[in-house]
Amino acid sequence: MTTTLDTKGMNCPLPILKAKKAIKGLEAGETLEVLSTDPGSVKDFEAFCRSTGNELLESNEEGGVYTYMIKKSS
Amino acid sequence: MSEGDNAKSMSIIVTKGTLDWAYPPFILATTAAAMDVKVSMFFTFYGLQLLKKNLDHLQISTLGNPAMEMPMMGMHMTMPNIMSAIPGVDAMCSTMMKNLIKKKGVASIPELREAAIESDVKITACQMTLDLFEMETKDLIPDINLGGAAMYMEDALKSDINLYI
Repeated sequence: MTTTLDTKGMNCPLPILKAKKAIKGLEAGETLEVLSTDPGSVKDFEAFCRSTGNELLESNEEGGVYTYMIKKSS
Repeated sequence: MSEGDNAKSMSIIVTKGTLDWAYPPFILATTAAAMDVKVSMFFTFYGLQLLKKNLDHLQISTLGNPAMEMPMMGMHMTMPNIMSAIPGVDAMCSTMMKNLIKKKGVASIPELREAAIESDVKITACQMTLDLFEMETKDLIPDINLGGAAMYMEDALKSDINLYI
């Protein structure tokens, strides 16, 4: 199951804070899709996932919108 | 407490009470908490202003800040120090800054503080500063700790990261 979180227009650190909150509400193994327009969020989501153990399945950019697929770990 | 646990902790001493300097401690505290770091913030001297219930009074000052370049009408403008002496200039710059913050999708300080509280960041107000400036706890947000240097040191000694901002 995938939940989508739209953080378009938000700046650092809001996409990370909102993503953390959304991940909290997921079951382990579920996926969160995050949309962002913040170019700084690319490195931030990589670091966030490395530190929290959640898996960054995908990181894409299209037309200024960044999309991240994060799988919640246990 | 956050559900993940990477068993790391951070303490921050918050000493400044201007709108611009309110950002680094709250951004780092909320982000660290989101990354499962246990965070303790100790507010002392002017930093105590950031614990007032109402944060509308936070301002920036152009005084002694030649690095402050505000984007304005397609260019960047710096403010000569002397401008800061003119009544209303700092207030005007603060309003400009707040508008900019909103326009760029940057979180407001009340928003970040709320996020810090929500993510169980430990907040401590310096008792000595309260006494010194005759401030009252009823003017501050509820559910904060009061303490002194030893209380901070106890947290700092156990922390992986200690910051002074």
